[in-house]
Amino acid sequence: MNSQPTEDTEGRTGAAGGLSLDIRNISKSFGRFPALNDVSLQARDKEFLALLGPSGSGKTTLLRVLAGLERPDAGEVRFGGEDFLSIPVRRRRVGMVFQHYALFRHMTVAQNIAFGLTVRPRRERPSKSETADRVADLLKLVQLEDLGGRFPAQLSGGQRQRVALARALAIEPRMLLLDEPFGALDAQVRRDLRRWLRELHDRAGVTTVFVTHDQEEALDLADRVAILKDGRLVQLGAPNEVYEHPADPFVYDFLGAACRLPGTVSDGRLTVADWETRAPKDAPSGAVEVFFRPDEVMFAPLDGSGLAGEVKAVVQRGPDARVECLIEGRLFELQARGPTLPNGVAPGLAVRVKPLRPHVYPKP
Amino acid sequence: MTAAAIPAAPVRARRPWVVHSILPGFGLSLGITLAYLGAIVVLPLIALALRPWELGLSGVWHELASPRVAKAFRLSFGLSALAALVNAPLGLLIAWTLTRYRFVGRRVLDALVDLPFALPTAVAGIALTAIYAPTGPLGRVAAQFGIKTAYSPLGIFIALVFIGLPFVVRALQPVLQDLDAEVEEAATTLGANAFQRAFRVILPALAPALVSGVSLAFARAVGEYGSVVFIAGNLPGKTEIAPLLIVIKLEQYDYAGAAAVGLAMVAVSFGSLVAINALQLRLAKRGRA
Repeated sequence: MNSQPTEDTEGRTGAAGGLSLDIRNISKSFGRFPALNDVSLQARDKEFLALLGPSGSGKTTLLRVLAGLERPDAGEVRFGGEDFLSIPVRRRRVGMVFQHYALFRHMTVAQNIAFGLTVRPRRERPSKSETADRVADLLKLVQLEDLGGRFPAQLSGGQRQRVALARALAIEPRMLLLDEPFGALDAQVRRDLRRWLRELHDRAGVTTVFVTHDQEEALDLADRVAILKDGRLVQLGAPNEVYEHPADPFVYDFLGAACRLPGTVSDGRLTVADWETRAPKDAPSGAVEVFFRPDEVMFAPLDGSGLAGEVKAVVQRGPDARVECLIEGRLFELQARGPTLPNGVAPGLAVRVKPLRPHVYPKP
Repeated sequence: MTAAAIPAAPVRARRPWVVHSILPGFGLSLGITLAYLGAIVVLPLIALALRPWELGLSGVWHELASPRVAKAFRLSFGLSALAALVNAPLGLLIAWTLTRYRFVGRRVLDALVDLPFALPTAVAGIALTAIYAPTGPLGRVAAQFGIKTAYSPLGIFIALVFIGLPFVVRALQPVLQDLDAEVEEAATTLGANAFQRAFRVILPALAPALVSGVSLAFARAVGEYGSVVFIAGNLPGKTEIAPLLIVIKLEQYDYAGAAAVGLAMVAVSFGSLVAINALQLRLAKRGRA
């Protein structure tokens, strides 16, 4: 596979390789609706970057700006040191994979994959046999060797998506853009393709930008995750980093189930209802919102500290249990695993529940 | 290995006459379907097919071989085909404009397309004649350039284009509407220029609908009578169309002769529609499983 030179043309060398994609202050409105609002982010060469956000957050718009299918109102995109926005779509050599595949229905799988090669100007166009070889290689890569003669309508959704990917890879793209590529597939196929896509990316060595609204997918797949909300970039970081240190309540909430309670911080101590503990590092003082994950709690800790609650229901599911617990007048659905759920936790029992890693954000 | 382990040669299952469905009422609904189609379509066709032979084989041949009939056939089928083919690019353009762009008056234009459908054909004929007659506004202009519009084959052609247009536009519109913009975007990102997108991506996707629209326009034009007779001038051997010939024969109480011409028209129309359908089937099959 043809890949990008790794040299950093602007001399801003990052720890893990050259800076490849540099998005600066991109804004884009549709009528009066601001889809992107002053978004800046960078990706390293060969990085796998996920754009994560709820629908309407602008992630797809940003991807389409990169592809050249949308022109931003303001801002700049540099890729490999070039002014990317001044290059017309046809010459950007981005491999775009659409959510609904966008295959050419009247062409066979092989013709679909070859399309990007056959539309090249005559002097750059590979010969028929070169094209056929390349298509055969790509069919093998996406594990569809025997299906080159089929039409897209004769394939399953997962197979179509792999054809779309092969078609995008055929032009030896400098950047691979994927718009919710697994959005229309069922859960099992999704998981398989996800793993396979990551392997493919590692082998192909192309900078990849990937749009999804599925946090699990983003955290699982990407080198770094950019979280967008209402057209703004909220947080950018490695999956672990954003999961462990969400920048604000929105990110915390978006990345997983969240329980929230009001509290106060003073002199490095956090007080939530009748429970007092050491405040997390960098916690703001005053009235705060306290967040914790429903599976990061300890029931009836030995030291007797924690939030006073009343168990309303316990639903056992294999090794896990869902414990509905009334705390401070609110009903929380907590998750307990075998070891953290002591015997005897049953409806009607008064317990203490200790959040293991509370996150604290200033009250809005 | 025992004999029992040898698999029996697969018996090719014969396709059954009826695949039984869980839905009741097959007998009744098929009965009504056959009776209705028989009464409405098959019986008249049989009558048409039987009638000419009272002239005898040579009589029918004599009827059809007359230069007047031959000329009318060439005129009817030739101009119908030409009009349908001209409607193909223009209908495509109109359908494209109506589906791809949003502008003030789009709905009005959209409704206008149906007018040739809705207008009584005689009214259309009178209106076209009024415009294209040598004294009419357009006819006068054309006459200055030495072009005769009404009362010439050109006039017939204009009428046939007029009545065929909606078939092409209406056949294309839903397909164009469904045509995913993403497919064109995908082609663009893969490096295709506008020309390649049009001819390698969009047109092939539209081809089945375009062929079916054109064939409908053609079929309609062949049978068109009302709007053509007014503008044609109806000079025997010059601007006389086949349907008119039938009417003339009927007026002369030559029922067998009229039926002979009619039967020949059915044969030619049927043949061309079968050919077009075969082409359409081949085009459509590519896009489906």
